[in-house]
Amino acid sequence: MSSLDIWMRENPLAYVWLGSYAVAFLVFAIEIAMVRHKRKITLQQVRLIREAEGEEE
Amino acid sequence: MGDGTGVAYFDGVKKLAINWFKYSAPTTFYGLAGKMIPWFAVSAAILLAIGLYIGFAVAPADYQQGEFYRIIFIHVPASILSMFLYLILAGYAALGLIFNTRLSAMMASAIAPTGALFAFISLWTGALWGKPMWGAWWVWDARLTSELILLFLYLGFIALHASIDDPRRADRASALLAIVGSVNVPIIYFSVQWWNTLHQGSTIKFSGTSMHVAMQQAMFITLAACWLYAIAVVLARVRSIILERERNTTWIAELPEVKG
Repeated sequence: MSSLDIWMRENPLAYVWLGSYAVAFLVFAIEIAMVRHKRKITLQQVRLIREAEGEEE
Repeated sequence: MGDGTGVAYFDGVKKLAINWFKYSAPTTFYGLAGKMIPWFAVSAAILLAIGLYIGFAVAPADYQQGEFYRIIFIHVPASILSMFLYLILAGYAALGLIFNTRLSAMMASAIAPTGALFAFISLWTGALWGKPMWGAWWVWDARLTSELILLFLYLGFIALHASIDDPRRADRASALLAIVGSVNVPIIYFSVQWWNTLHQGSTIKFSGTSMHVAMQQAMFITLAACWLYAIAVVLARVRSIILERERNTTWIAELPEVKG
């Protein structure tokens, strides 16, 4: 039996929290950060296009 | 139905139909989505906190699995979401393909990353549960393998869409993949019945369940939280896609956030 097996059986709640919930929350946090970043970048691009069009006119 | 009521009924139906069409246009949907996101996001956070409190503080330990069963409060919602989101994605993709509606294809593109992440969480948490219960992180079981194929289908959809420069062509090509791939969802669901799998069958059935009531409550509340989270994130993502695709239109130029 490996040391991880022994640890998980001695600390089942820590195993469940760190292994499953912490990873799931990290995934959610990364997704939220990516969505916010995408919005910020897209808005910047759209504003730049608008400004460039305004200067041409 | 008399003449008057018949006309009123059809007028009502017509108004409803017009409203649906109105919100299927990116112009109106963009604003509506922006208003809805905070409601879905806050509700998701509250429900997740309540669900996890019930799941960890109220629900008792399982008589066979001990504390390890508590993984189901994220594993089951993530698995259900990964399957339903794929069906919704395929539905939007089909709508976009048949009616050539812009928003449908944008919605399909917005759903894919969230669906892929839920499929990943489902597989990851399943592996975490499998190690103490089965003695293995992974087995080539029908349920696990078909869920892995679902993750690959999501990744394939995202990759195919990204590999084609013209967005409308990318929409059509990836829509075909999404529609064909949707055959995998019933395979995932029925795999535990069709084949002799290591993965357990459904615990909750229409005929009833042997689960403790607190376990059921926690699972359904976290499922609702995951649904609300997915809706909030997909709406936020589709707003960026709308901005990107419609950037040359006048209505985008007139948005307060674009004017700065």
